[in-house]
Amino acid sequence: MESGKVLLIGYGNPGRLDDGLGPALAEAISHKKFKDVTVDANYQLTVEDAAEVAEHDVVIFADASVNSEEPFAFKPVIPKTVNTFSSHSIEPEIVLGFAYDLFQAETKGYTLAVRGYEFNEFGERLSSKAQDNLISAVEFLSKLLKTKNFDQFNH
Amino acid sequence: MSENMKRIVIEPVTRVEGHGKVSILLDEQNKVKQARLHIVEFRGFEKFIQGRPYWEVPVLVQRLCGICPVSHHLAAAKAMDRIVGGENLTPTAEKMRRLCHYGQVLQSHVLHFFHLCSPDLLFGFDADPAIRNIIGVINKFPELAVQGVMMRKYGQEIIKATAGKKIHGTGAIPGGVNKNLSIEERDSLLKDLDQMMEWGKGAVKVAKDYTMENFDMVAPFGTFDSNHMSLIREDGAMDLYDGKLRAIDPEGNKIFDHVDVQKYTDYLLEEVKDWSYMKFPFIKSIGPEKGWYRVGPLSRINTCDFIDTPEAEKERKEFMALTDGKPNQITLAYHWTRMIEALHAIEKINELLHDSDLQGTDLVVTGKRREETVAMLEAPRGTLIHHYRVNKDDQVEMANLIVSTTNNNTAMNASVTKVAEDHLSGVEITEGLLNHIEVAIRAYDPCLSCATHAMGQMPLIISLFDHEGKLIDKKTKE
Repeated sequence: MESGKVLLIGYGNPGRLDDGLGPALAEAISHKKFKDVTVDANYQLTVEDAAEVAEHDVVIFADASVNSEEPFAFKPVIPKTVNTFSSHSIEPEIVLGFAYDLFQAETKGYTLAVRGYEFNEFGERLSSKAQDNLISAVEFLSKLLKTKNFDQFNH
Repeated sequence: MSENMKRIVIEPVTRVEGHGKVSILLDEQNKVKQARLHIVEFRGFEKFIQGRPYWEVPVLVQRLCGICPVSHHLAAAKAMDRIVGGENLTPTAEKMRRLCHYGQVLQSHVLHFFHLCSPDLLFGFDADPAIRNIIGVINKFPELAVQGVMMRKYGQEIIKATAGKKIHGTGAIPGGVNKNLSIEERDSLLKDLDQMMEWGKGAVKVAKDYTMENFDMVAPFGTFDSNHMSLIREDGAMDLYDGKLRAIDPEGNKIFDHVDVQKYTDYLLEEVKDWSYMKFPFIKSIGPEKGWYRVGPLSRINTCDFIDTPEAEKERKEFMALTDGKPNQITLAYHWTRMIEALHAIEKINELLHDSDLQGTDLVVTGKRREETVAMLEAPRGTLIHHYRVNKDDQVEMANLIVSTTNNNTAMNASVTKVAEDHLSGVEITEGLLNHIEVAIRAYDPCLSCATHAMGQMPLIISLFDHEGKLIDKKTKE
């Protein structure tokens, strides 16, 4: 089944090496100008993202991962109700939970976790392995955003 | 560590920005000797920025911290104004930057108040943790939870209209800004303003009512006498974007006043301690023992003579009347003052959006080139200091940043010590003690980490050490 409006949020700090994978992916996808796809990038997820998420049918949270499978992992997100959070640690499940709790939105969510390797110093570059993973992730997501066949991942 | 002390470590602290670690040092009688808040501060930034051209700095510094990129962006731009001799900005440039800053203050303050600390205020921090949380707020006060999100979104929209993109914002450049505010952007922001004002007043009332209704508990909680410091305008008004330095003692006497920020090293020094990466600033004339100070909303309300917007000024007067005009030292009053400032920010946004200078086209000025520069602004969490030296080839040679949380470093340690003294029983980390320490730290709204946040990180670890430093208990919260 085809989904309607899609929001892609790529997040992370481009000044902290592979932590910039999320924004790099967002930038690459934004150039492709897919129909009904809104692309956003930020240093981290924030609570007000819930309001934006609530206005879309599907949201994809793209971030670097320290331990996902290689080159990336694409998984559905189950909305989560939490007791506590900080703006550093707010996670996709929580944003989706807020979208439901605050705005009664039933947006479907997915994470695209791109495997990174180097995080612990300042620097505006991706490691070569992260760069390869980014290329694979952009290729995968581009195909998906053309078809918008997200249901294949809901199991 | 001395042999007759025990150490309890709590790490990291939840519901503050980033994460930290708390050690409580006990003596042989299991009384609190000292409590220490260890902060994982950014390191390596100076190396990162060295050799980069000065005009890149306002963009680069945003990478320091995903929590307050706008404050760093504006502080660095103010510094680089002086490098290019363009510190006397055009009215359009200065007002665009101010609008951006008030948007940042608003969104930062409301996030902290509505979503990080409101569970403590609305339910009381002795309430059952199963209720005292953000979901509890959503369930019992859904309108407040939505207000928090929508006010924060409004602040972010102002930032987007003035600074550009959320990442790599380029609104402020050396000597000015790179855009004005279009009529469409202005009108879009104006349409929600009345609602923001109403919610802003409501938020002050929530914070005020909480403080007054729980005064006997709130007043001594993590509270102590301290000096306070902030920027102030020439006429003594609160000014969050620019001004000169004023410091007052616990009685309200001025320690220094109208100090040119370029001369801050004549008045402030930083002490290094072997147990913390973060430095401990103090007022030079008083010394490290008694010269430390607080910054942020509580300090700004204490140091200023007045606020130049009517609604916030009315609230400031009511707040200061509590202590007969003397400095208010109540640590939990940070929340009340934070909401007075949020209201002030909304009033200033209103003022600016009705100012046609924002549609001006004279955006940049330059003048006589300099090689060294200091800039300060009042970031949401307190005074932020950027100090740079740039060589003749336009490359940054030296950068020294004193962030707001560093300015509050000793004060936060003092609050944690006070709470530990009052609430530690035995050598066990109880849920109650953990909550109380977190509530005290959270009052300062510290930004404890400029670290990465990639998936798979951020556990909560609680460690307990005996008097020989041996780990005897460890708890982890995911």
